[in-house]
Amino acid sequence: MNLSNSTFWGYKRENGRVGVRNHVIILPVDDLSNAVAQAVEHNIKGTMALPHPYGRLQFGADLELHFRTLIGTGSNPNVAAVVVVGIEEQWTSRVVEGIRKSGKPVAGFGIELHGDHDTIMRASKAAREFLQAASELKREQRPLKELWVSTKCGESDTTSGCGANPTVGNAFDKLYPHGVTMVFGETTELTGGEQLVAARCRNDEVRKKFQFVFDRYQQVIDRHKTSDLMDSQPTKGNIAGGLTTIEEKALGNIQKIGRKCLVDGVIDKAETPTGPGLWFMDSSSAAAEMVTLCAAAGFAVHFFPTGQGNVIGNPILPVIKLCANPRTVRTMSEHIDVDVSGLLRKELTPDQAGDKLLECMFRTANGRLTAAEALGHREFVLTRLYESA
Amino acid sequence: MIHFVVHEEGDGVGVVVVEGVKSGQPLSGWIMEDDKDIEVAAKSDIPIGHKIALRDYKTGDTVIKYGVDIGKVVQPIRKGEHLHVHNVKTKRW
Repeated sequence: MNLSNSTFWGYKRENGRVGVRNHVIILPVDDLSNAVAQAVEHNIKGTMALPHPYGRLQFGADLELHFRTLIGTGSNPNVAAVVVVGIEEQWTSRVVEGIRKSGKPVAGFGIELHGDHDTIMRASKAAREFLQAASELKREQRPLKELWVSTKCGESDTTSGCGANPTVGNAFDKLYPHGVTMVFGETTELTGGEQLVAARCRNDEVRKKFQFVFDRYQQVIDRHKTSDLMDSQPTKGNIAGGLTTIEEKALGNIQKIGRKCLVDGVIDKAETPTGPGLWFMDSSSAAAEMVTLCAAAGFAVHFFPTGQGNVIGNPILPVIKLCANPRTVRTMSEHIDVDVSGLLRKELTPDQAGDKLLECMFRTANGRLTAAEALGHREFVLTRLYESA
Repeated sequence: MIHFVVHEEGDGVGVVVVEGVKSGQPLSGWIMEDDKDIEVAAKSDIPIGHKIALRDYKTGDTVIKYGVDIGKVVQPIRKGEHLHVHNVKTKRW
């Protein structure tokens, strides 16, 4: 596929970023505000609440990550406008002001001194105005380089490493020279192949940073591990699918970064890249956590290869699922956007498989709903670093 | 018909990519990186996605896939047998 002069139809936002969806979201700051957020979603048809279980008594780096994830989610270009709801005004304002920097419409409501009824009424009024304004926004034709693409695999099996993940790698190799911003992560899931990622880092500075975050995460594992880690990484599903060790899983995982891309930088969880290229995000390997962090970092489309059939989606980030396992494609077809099982029968070359994924990427960016979107998969899962106070 | 694939020449395992492989069945394999064909007879029933040993292994041997170390053998394995968590373990955790 010749990608020179390729374009997609997206929503250009106030800060210059381009989104491929036009969501008006109702964002709770904390667990206590979920009920109000969901009531507003019910009142104003076409808005979307993002309930989650956290946001109280967090502190330090864990609290910073909480705010960064919420603010990043609200600032994502797939979001047109945001209504923030919190139990009290101050942390609510902190999230509102963070999102306001993106320039998009945002309003915040605290529940204390008002109660649920009054808050639902006030927030619903703001949500209605935002929704109607967003409904008039139009897609524009934008250059490919303005599309940000993330990747993370899940419920992998051995077909992931020889089919679906190399397909993402092929697509990444093709996108990279066009100045697209891309990210991969899953720090512990590189174990056994970390030397290959280190070798792909653009320079020693990036390599040192990568090695630092990799080693730090290994220490977390060492500190907490019991024999059950063997059931968690690889997962029970991975093992059922034929993956035997973390090394084997990692080597399959790394296929996603292709053969030509360099790793241009290392970012923290939910941190926004500062330029084009391939970024490594220090992150959990749990699917919904990682995809939520990609959305919070500003990514607009996600490639999700699966083997055994992970069903994940995300509220604001379209998750494109691809699979090379013929049994999964047969038994879970409603979840699979791109079938690359032909790769294992020599009916599809890696180059053709990569093109098939890119074609689906453009269609998705232009507005086609992914399987996960159609099925209502909206997993919004915040990463926690440690216990609450 | 491709029954199993091998990432690259020198790998000691193949990945079964069809359902219902039975012990005794002659299998055709495809070495993807080098685009070569190989033949191995299955010595176990092997589910789709699971690995077949392409050589004999003794306890303590290293298993190579993608040209890289993926773990150590903890029980002897014969060529054609099912290679998985019952006879191979990680070296890392």
